[in-house]
Amino acid sequence: MFSLLDNHAKLVKVIAASEGIVGRKKLQKIIYIMKKLGLPFEEKYTFYFYGPYSEELSLRIEEITNLGFVSEVKEKKSNYYQYRYQVTEQGEDFLKHSNTELPLEQSLLQEMKEQSSRFLELVSTMLYFDHLPKPEVEQKIQEVKKKSNYTPEDIKEAWGFIGRLQK
Amino acid sequence: MAYKDEKLHEEKVFKDPVHRYVHVRDQVIWDLIGTKEFQRLRRIKQLGTSFLTFHGAEHSRFNHSLGVYEIVRRILINFEDRPNWNHEERLLCLCAALLHDLGHGPFSHSFEKVFKLDHEDFTRAIILGDTEVNHVLTNVGIEFPQKVADVINKTYHDKLVVSLISSQIDADRMDYLQRDAYFTGVSYGHFDMERILRVMRPVEDQVVIKESGMHAVEDYIMSRYQMYWQVYFHPVTRSAEVILTKILHRVKALYDGGYTFKVEPSPFVSFFEEQVSLGDYIKLDEAVVLYYFQMWADEDDPILSDLAYRFMNRRLFKYAEFNPNLQMNEWMELYQLFRDIDLDPDYYLVVDSSSDLPYDFYRPGEEEERLPIHLLMPNKELRELSRQSDIVEAISGKKRTDHKLYYPKDLIEKLPEDRPEKQKIKKILNKVRL
Repeated sequence: MFSLLDNHAKLVKVIAASEGIVGRKKLQKIIYIMKKLGLPFEEKYTFYFYGPYSEELSLRIEEITNLGFVSEVKEKKSNYYQYRYQVTEQGEDFLKHSNTELPLEQSLLQEMKEQSSRFLELVSTMLYFDHLPKPEVEQKIQEVKKKSNYTPEDIKEAWGFIGRLQK
Repeated sequence: MAYKDEKLHEEKVFKDPVHRYVHVRDQVIWDLIGTKEFQRLRRIKQLGTSFLTFHGAEHSRFNHSLGVYEIVRRILINFEDRPNWNHEERLLCLCAALLHDLGHGPFSHSFEKVFKLDHEDFTRAIILGDTEVNHVLTNVGIEFPQKVADVINKTYHDKLVVSLISSQIDADRMDYLQRDAYFTGVSYGHFDMERILRVMRPVEDQVVIKESGMHAVEDYIMSRYQMYWQVYFHPVTRSAEVILTKILHRVKALYDGGYTFKVEPSPFVSFFEEQVSLGDYIKLDEAVVLYYFQMWADEDDPILSDLAYRFMNRRLFKYAEFNPNLQMNEWMELYQLFRDIDLDPDYYLVVDSSSDLPYDFYRPGEEEERLPIHLLMPNKELRELSRQSDIVEAISGKKRTDHKLYYPKDLIEKLPEDRPEKQKIKKILNKVRL
């Protein structure tokens, strides 16, 4: 079986299955969380100022938009821009030719999509430190996310969310 | 005197072609350089397969690591007594700068892709594990190795410290751009680093640049832009990388299939089985890898021996520009034709995308994740670089993606002229090329 642009196809599949995603940060965090749940994404993530981030993924997103598989619409918000991603007809056609397998769980994807990118940033940061015991993860969040002002309630909610994802 | 404060009797210097001299006065730094894990970096090339394109590009991670250390040392001299700078972090910054690439392996980009590894995990493992580096760092303080690992991992609480080693204008990039330019011999990659170091200022959680130094930073950004397209993305280097990756894929597939190798590939077994210990990882350097490539060129498996021979003797694949969207059907047709002529397309027909490469352009702020470069304006406000500089703005939003199709032209040419597949393949490739 041939595979052309496997990693691109996985990304297009996620955007198609979620019927569009708004926000680069949200897309970054959703892919990271799915990767941590064991889905076969190969993009390499490192920790940046706002949590786990993949330069490879950023570029891959540019590639699928340049190839016309996904449309990117820049929307102006009060003090920043956000980007809306939607799979195009060409993208649908590309997926038909692709043999890439990605066991996506629709409900899980929807649940992530409905969360704010700020919350997904917290969840992905907690998952980044998942090799540490729980109290140390929380300590780390206070250290590296000082400016985000996450409350104990936010963190509790995030633990609950992670628990549901990992079921 | 505490070990962390110990100084050498006399300053040691390393002659360096980029920075002229690398100065060492701290005993801790001197001891780290002498560890076997750091010395190992002499046997890992900084630019991987680029030496097959630019014959001068034989410099090592050892050279680069010393260079990054030297730049941070100079930045910190400039930071002394400035507001927002905590002198207590000096040794931590120097150690992190020196050790930031410690976990790189031979041709690490390909190895990481094929064997699902991450050199950053190994950097952390060497710093925190039972190693000579760890023993030196532990002598500074029991928590010091963890702090060094956190700075390199960008999870240290003091973001100012992190940004010296890892930001859009950090010591790592400033060294490799100049060093790679020097050793490849290209004329891009040069910028006025002395000027940038003089206008760097520590603020609360990042290093910023005085507005008067903007033009020096523009030069640095342009040099990044040029180096990426002219050196790091060079299509011939990518061809070598493609072959290297396919060798690793093939050898793993053979191992998984129970193939009997003429020379047992013992140093690779834990990589094939995806159970690499720190000891296995540290032992594998380029000398070992190239020895096995030489051996594999004589293997009975025709794909492995051909690919290994190609790499060792620079018989690289040719390439054509490729648009996977417009040329999807051509690709599928080529795939089948390669099968028809018994050339396994999984090894001999490869689309390589720019996102498959270690990539790193300057991106401005907006909704992005990475902290952009900030200028410190005369009124003390911070302003993102591309909003102030027309030159940077002009290249920030440009298309950065590129796909190429790699194939062994020599093997296609060797086919008899009367084979219909040959003409069809050539016709498609000529069309793709246009």
